[in-house]
Amino acid sequence: MRVPGIIYADKSLIRDMDLKVYEQVVNVATLPGIVQASFAMPDAHWGYGFPIGGVAAFDPKQGGVVSAGGVGFDISCGVRALYTGLRPDDIAPVKEKLADILFSRVPAGVGSTGRLHLNPQEMDDMLAGGAQWAVQRGYGTAKDLSRIEEHGCMAGAIPACVSDHAKKRQKDEMGTLGSGNHYLEIQEVVETYHDPLAEQLGIQAGDILVSIHCGSRGLGHQIGTEYLKKMVVAASQYGITLPDRELACAPIDSHLGQEYLGAMRAAMNCALANREIITHLVRQAFSEIFPQADLPLLYDVSHNTCKVEEHRIGGQSRRLFVHRKGATRAFGPGHSAIPPDLQPLGQPVLIGGTMGTASYLLVGTKEGMGLAYGSACHGAGRSMSRHQATRQWKGHRVIQELAAQGILIRSPSVRGVAEEAPGAYKDVTAVVDAAEHAHLARKMAKMRPLICIKG
Amino acid sequence: MVQNMTTSGFTTTGQHMMTIVNEPEPSAWWEHFPHEADMGIRGIGITKSQAFEQAALALTAVITDPEEVASQVESHFSCEAPDDELLLVDWLNALIYEMACGHMVFGWFDVKINDHHLEAVARGEPVDRKKHEPAVEIKGATYTELSVRHMEGRGWVAQCVVDV
Repeated sequence: MRVPGIIYADKSLIRDMDLKVYEQVVNVATLPGIVQASFAMPDAHWGYGFPIGGVAAFDPKQGGVVSAGGVGFDISCGVRALYTGLRPDDIAPVKEKLADILFSRVPAGVGSTGRLHLNPQEMDDMLAGGAQWAVQRGYGTAKDLSRIEEHGCMAGAIPACVSDHAKKRQKDEMGTLGSGNHYLEIQEVVETYHDPLAEQLGIQAGDILVSIHCGSRGLGHQIGTEYLKKMVVAASQYGITLPDRELACAPIDSHLGQEYLGAMRAAMNCALANREIITHLVRQAFSEIFPQADLPLLYDVSHNTCKVEEHRIGGQSRRLFVHRKGATRAFGPGHSAIPPDLQPLGQPVLIGGTMGTASYLLVGTKEGMGLAYGSACHGAGRSMSRHQATRQWKGHRVIQELAAQGILIRSPSVRGVAEEAPGAYKDVTAVVDAAEHAHLARKMAKMRPLICIKG
Repeated sequence: MVQNMTTSGFTTTGQHMMTIVNEPEPSAWWEHFPHEADMGIRGIGITKSQAFEQAALALTAVITDPEEVASQVESHFSCEAPDDELLLVDWLNALIYEMACGHMVFGWFDVKINDHHLEAVARGEPVDRKKHEPAVEIKGATYTELSVRHMEGRGWVAQCVVDV
C-alpha cells in the first residue's frame, strides 16, 4: 500500500460490510500516484476494482493514474431533485393519475426507447454540450444550468474519443431512465434538520419534490467496457501491476489516459443531457395536472466520476484527479464550484434511498473538504444480492405492500421490483447519520417516496 | 451447440455461494452466483465452448427466462482476445451490445473456440416486454470473479460478474 485506507462508517455498518470492501480499499491504495489515502464512504460495498463508495485522488506529477474501473460502467450516474411548490394535499387527489402520466411519459426499463434520435452530428454536439446542449434544443431551461455541477457541461469532453459502437448504443436511449436501481420518484419532505439552513435551501416539511436517478445509459456502459479492456491490455506497457484487473488504469499523462478522460467527460455530458431531457418530460407530465407548477431544479449531482480538482494537501494546493465511484461530491460552504446563492450553505448532496424507505438531502461541510476531498455517500447500498431478494420477495406483493403505505409503484418489470425490494438495501438513515457524524456532510431533509417509477 | 435448459430450484453450496441452477444436467449447465450489488453468471460444460454457451444462457437468465425466448433472428459473433478470460468478457460484452442496440434477447447459442478466437451464432427475438418481462438491463460483463478454468472431473467453468 502506498497510502492508508480510511473507511468512514459506524460500528454497525463496518460490521456488516462485505470483506471485499476492505480488500478493494487496500488494492486502490496500491495504485501509482495516489494521494493521501484510499477512502470508502459509509455505504461502501463490493464493487469493481474500487469499492462502490470509494474515493481516491491521483497526482499526475507523481505518475498518477486515471482508472476506468474507478469511475465504473455507469459514468456520471447521479441524482437530481426538483422543487414543485406543491404540498401533499395537492398530490393526494391526483396521485394515481400523476403516477400513470409519469410512467407513460418517461421511458423506463429494458427495451424502452426515447423519442429523441440523434444523427451523428447531433450526437457529437450532445457529447460536447451536455445539459447546455439539451437546453439549447428546448429541453429544460437556462435557469436549470446554475444548479447542475459544471454548469451542465463538463469541459474537456472529446466526442472523437467515443467509439461508433458507444454512439450507436446511445442512439435510441436519450431521455430514458434505464433499469435496476434507477428511478423517478415523487417525494414528500417529512423532516428537516438544522432548520435555518434547510429554509435557506427552500425546503420545509410537507414540500413535494421530484427526484431522478439515472446516468449515461448505453453510451457510458460501452465506454466503460471498451476502455477497461484497453487499460487492462496496456497496463504492462506502462509498468503498472494490477492487483485486480478491474482496477485497470493508465497514467493521466499517457495517450490512453487522455483518450479515456475525453471519452469519460463526453459520457458525463450524456448523463447531464439525459437527466435534463427527463426533467423536461417530467415537467410536461406535471403540466397536464398542475398547469401552474414550475418545477425549478434544486440540484443535480453525479456519483460516478473522475474530476480535476484543487485540494489543499499539507498546506499546499494540488491539482488532483479525484475518482468518486458511488460517492457524491460534497463541497463545503464557500467553494467556488458551488452556485453563488448556495455558497453560504455548501453543495447540496442528494442521497437516493429505496422505493419504500427514504431519501436524504444533505449539504457539504468545510470539514469534509479535508476528510475525503469533499465527498460523501451516494445511497443506501445493497445488503442482499438480487437473487436473495427474488427469493425473499415477490414483485406483486412488494407493490401491494408499498401501496398500503401510500407509495405507488409503476414498473414494467415485476421481477425488477422484487430485486429492488426495500429490504434488500441497507438502512439509508444509518448511512446518512454516519456521514453526518463523520462531518462529511450535514443532513438537511428526509424525504419519503409517494410515487416511484422503476425501470 | 446448446438449447436453453429448464430453470428451476435452488442449490446452496455455501454461505456466500447460494446459486440458482438449472437441473438436472450432467454435462453442461449454467448457474447464477451472488454479488452484493449485481449478478454472477457461470457456465459449465465438457468443452470450453460449451462453458461459453452456458455462460451466455446464464447472461440471458439475468434478464428473462431463456426458455421463453424464441429463435426468430440469428446473429453472428467473432471475438479475439489475448487470453481465455478476456475472451469470455469480450463474448459476453458482444452479446450485451447486440441486445442493447438491437433490443434483442437470445436463448440459443453455438460457440466455437480456436485458441483465443471465438466464432458464435446466437438465436433469439426482439424484446417483448409482456412476454419476456425483462427484469433488468445489463451494463457490461466485468473482470470481477472472472475465471475460465478446467476442473478435473467437472469440465470447463466460465464465469464472471455482470453489472446491472
